[in-house]
Amino acid sequence: MAIEDDVVVVGGGLAGMATALSAAQDGSRVRLLSHKESTLRFASGLIDVLGYVGSEIVSNPFETISQLPDEHPYRRVGEDGIRDGLALIDSVTDYAGGHTDRNALVPTFGGTVKPTARYPKHTAPGLASDERDALLVGFETVVDFDAPLAAEHLAETVPFDVRGITLQFLGDFRTDARVTRLAHALDENERIEVGGRGSVSESVPARIALAERVKPHLGDAERVGFPAILGEEHPDEVRATIGRKLGVEVFEIPMGTPSLPGMRLEAEFETALREAGVRTTTGNPVVDFEGTDEISAVIVERNSARIPFHGEQFVLATGGLVGKGIDSDRSGVREPVFDCHVPAPENRYDWFEDGAFDDHRFARFGVRVDDELRPLDSAGSPEFHNLRAVGGVLGGYDFAAEKSGSGISLATGVVAGRNASDEVNL
Amino acid sequence: MSEKEVERRDPTELQDVFTGESMDLRPGSDDCYKCSTCDTECPVAEVDDDFPGPKFQGPEQWRLKRKDDHDIDDSVMSCSNCMRCDNVCPSEVPLSQMHNTARGEYVESQMSKLSREYIRNRILSNYGRLAPLAARFPRLTNFVMGLSVTKFVNEKVMGITGEREFPEFATETFTDWWTKRGGANVQNEEKRVAYFHGDYSNYNTPEVAKAMVRVFESFGYEIVVPEQRCSGTPMFANGMMDDARRAAKFNIETFAALVEQGYDVICSCTSCSMALRQEYPELYSFDGTAKVAANTFEALEYLRIHEDLEGELADSSVPESEFGELAYHAPCHARNQGLDGQAVELLSALDGTDPVDVGDSCSGISGTYGWKSEKYDTSMKIGEEMFEHMEDVENETGMTECPTCAMQMNHGTGYEIRHPLEVLDSALVDA
Repeated sequence: MAIEDDVVVVGGGLAGMATALSAAQDGSRVRLLSHKESTLRFASGLIDVLGYVGSEIVSNPFETISQLPDEHPYRRVGEDGIRDGLALIDSVTDYAGGHTDRNALVPTFGGTVKPTARYPKHTAPGLASDERDALLVGFETVVDFDAPLAAEHLAETVPFDVRGITLQFLGDFRTDARVTRLAHALDENERIEVGGRGSVSESVPARIALAERVKPHLGDAERVGFPAILGEEHPDEVRATIGRKLGVEVFEIPMGTPSLPGMRLEAEFETALREAGVRTTTGNPVVDFEGTDEISAVIVERNSARIPFHGEQFVLATGGLVGKGIDSDRSGVREPVFDCHVPAPENRYDWFEDGAFDDHRFARFGVRVDDELRPLDSAGSPEFHNLRAVGGVLGGYDFAAEKSGSGISLATGVVAGRNASDEVNL
Repeated sequence: MSEKEVERRDPTELQDVFTGESMDLRPGSDDCYKCSTCDTECPVAEVDDDFPGPKFQGPEQWRLKRKDDHDIDDSVMSCSNCMRCDNVCPSEVPLSQMHNTARGEYVESQMSKLSREYIRNRILSNYGRLAPLAARFPRLTNFVMGLSVTKFVNEKVMGITGEREFPEFATETFTDWWTKRGGANVQNEEKRVAYFHGDYSNYNTPEVAKAMVRVFESFGYEIVVPEQRCSGTPMFANGMMDDARRAAKFNIETFAALVEQGYDVICSCTSCSMALRQEYPELYSFDGTAKVAANTFEALEYLRIHEDLEGELADSSVPESEFGELAYHAPCHARNQGLDGQAVELLSALDGTDPVDVGDSCSGISGTYGWKSEKYDTSMKIGEEMFEHMEDVENETGMTECPTCAMQMNHGTGYEIRHPLEVLDSALVDA
C-alpha cells in the first residue's frame, strides 16, 4: 500500500503539532496532515493555561482545575497532562514563565492585562508585576496598537508609571506596509535614509535608526515596549541592539493577526517536528475516511482526486469554529471529517445569549471525549476505537473567556499523542 | 468540503438578486475576513515596498471595483503568481484566481498593446511558441543567446535582464527522442499514463522527461506522449488570457480524450500540474476540464500512491559521487499541491543521497517574473534566503521539480540542479 504511517494527525495547529511531536518522541512513525498554515498566525504567541473561571481571575491554574465542570478537557487529562503539555513547550521554545506555577500578568495591545503561563522572552521585561516605569511606543502605520490609549488603560491597574507615544516608522515605507515588511527591515538591519545636513542624506541601519527615533522621548522610563514586530528571524538581535542603543530594556507587546510571535512559535515547532522525524503533508483538506468501527485511512482531497493516507491510530486536531474543525448551519452543528457527534441545543436561538460578552453556548460547542480522549457518540460510546480528538475541536470549554486555548491544545495533544503511540507499540 | 458547500460555492450558479447578473467572484470576496495571513506569506510584499499585497490585490480590489473605481491598480503586475496566498488562506478565498482575473483585465483594458512591457511580456509568456524555432538550430541559438550583444539588446530594447544566462537548448528535443525510439517500450492495458512534459523539459531538459519515461516503464506503465501546448503558467502570470485560453483548450481537449480511455495524466513540472489541476478549472469550463484536473498527478506523487515507491527506494542506491547531499528547494507551486515534503521524505530512504530541505522561502524567479529587468532585483532579494540555506549544504548540487526555480538556484549559487526523477532513474532503472 502507498502512504502508510503509525499515527496520522489531522490538523496542523498547536494541538496537532503537539500531538505529532509527542507521538514521534514516543517512537511512532507520524504523519501530520494540514490543510493550511496554522491559526498560530492569529495567536498572541502566549501560552495560557487558565486565566479566568467565571469572572474570577486565576492566580494558580493547578489549584483551580478542580473547580472546572466535569466535561472540561482539563478534567480528562488532569494536572499531569497540563504539566506534560508545558514541558513540551519548554522543550520546543525558550519561553519564560516556567519558574513558577503562578500566572504571569502580560500587558496586551489593548492596554489590558492577561494572565498567562508561558510567554516569549521578548515579552518578559514587560510584565505588569514589574515595578519599573515604562514607555510604550506605537507607530502611525501599525494601526492595531494605539500606545497612548493602551498606556492610559494600563496606568489604571499597574504599579508603575507608563506613558505612550506614537511615532512615524522609519524610512519611506508605504503607509500600509505589512508588519512582515517592517520586521524584515529590522531582521536584515536594512539601511534607512535619514535626513542629513543640507542636501546630503545619510543612511543608518534600521535598528539604530529606530533607537535614535525613540531616544528623545525616553524620559525616566526604564523599559520600552514596542508592538511585536521586532524581527521574524532574529528578534533576539533586534531587541538587543535597540536596547543597547537606548540603555534600557526593550520588550514586545503581543499583537493580533498577523502575529509575529505566533509565526515564530510555528517556526520553532516546525523545526522540532522535522528533527523528530514527523512527516508533514500540507495544502489539501482531509474530507473523508475509510473504515466503519475502526478507521483505516483518511482521504485527502486535491481538486477532486482522492488520496488515501493509511494509519493505525488517528487524531483529530482540526480546531474549533475559527479553524473550521466545527461547522454549523441552520439545522445543527457538525464535525465535518468523521461526522463525530457534537452536542448542541435543537433550537438555534438557544445557541447564544443577547449580550456580546455573555456566556454563549456556541463558544463551548465541540466533540465530547472519554478519558482516553476518544470522541463519544450521542449514546456516550466511542465513535471509533482508534480516533482521538484534541485542542479546539473539543467541546465543554470557552477558551476565549477562560484564557485556556493553548494550554488545552498542548495538554490534550501530548496525552493523545502518547496514548496513540502506546497503542501502536502494544 | 461537503457537497452542499461545493454547490453553494459554484459561482456560475449564483446570481445577484437585484441585478440578475452572475456573481462571479463575490463569494470569494465575502469569505475574506481580513486576517492578513496572505500578506504575511507573500514573498513580494516582504521585499517590495510598493506592493500592497494579496489581500488588496484580490478581495479588496474586487470590492472597490464594484463602485466608481473601475480601474485595476497597476501593482497587480508585480504579483509573481507564486500562489502562496492560496496556500495559507484559512477561509478558502480564491486569491490567485482573483489575481489572474484582475491581471487579465488590466492587460486587456489598461495596458497599451504597443508598449514595450506588453510586447516583452507576450514574448516571454509565449516561450513555447518560439522554442521550436530555437530547437531547430540549438547550437546557433545557444551561441547567439550567450552573446553579450544579445544581452545588451535584450536589456535595453526589450527589458529582459542581461544578468541571467539564457537556458541552453538541447541538441535533441524529448519528442524527437521519443519518436526516434519508436514511442512506448511497454504495453499495458491496466496501467496507462499520458505524459504532459511541458515545453521546458521538451526543449531544454529532455533528460528529465527521459527519466520520467524510464522510471514509469520500469514500474510497467504504458506511456503515451500526445501533442500538447504550453500549460499556460507564464501566460496567466502575465495576464495574457487569450493566449492562455487557446493553449488550455488544446490541452484539455487532448488530455480529456485520453482520460476517457483510462489514462491518468502525469506531469514532471509542478507548475504544469498546478495549471492542469487548479488554474484550468478556475478559469475555464471546456468539456473535460474537471475530468483532466481530477486525473492529473505529479510523477512522484502518482508512483507513491500506486506503487510501493518507498520500499523500492529503501532497497536501492545511487552513486554518492553523483548525488550525495542534495539541497532541495520546494517550488511554491509544489507547496500549493501539498507536495513540498514529498521529495525529501521519499529520497531519504535511498542510499547514496541525503536530501536537505533548504527552507520554505520562495526562490523568487517565478517563471518569467525574474527575467524582467525591473523585477530582477526583487527576484534576487526574495531568493536570498534560499541561496543562504543552499550555501549551508555541504555539496554543490541542488534539487527541485520546477525548471525556473532550478534556473534561479543555479544563478544564485552556481550549483548544478537535478530533478527528483533523475535520482529515481539512477536508483531504479538499470542503465
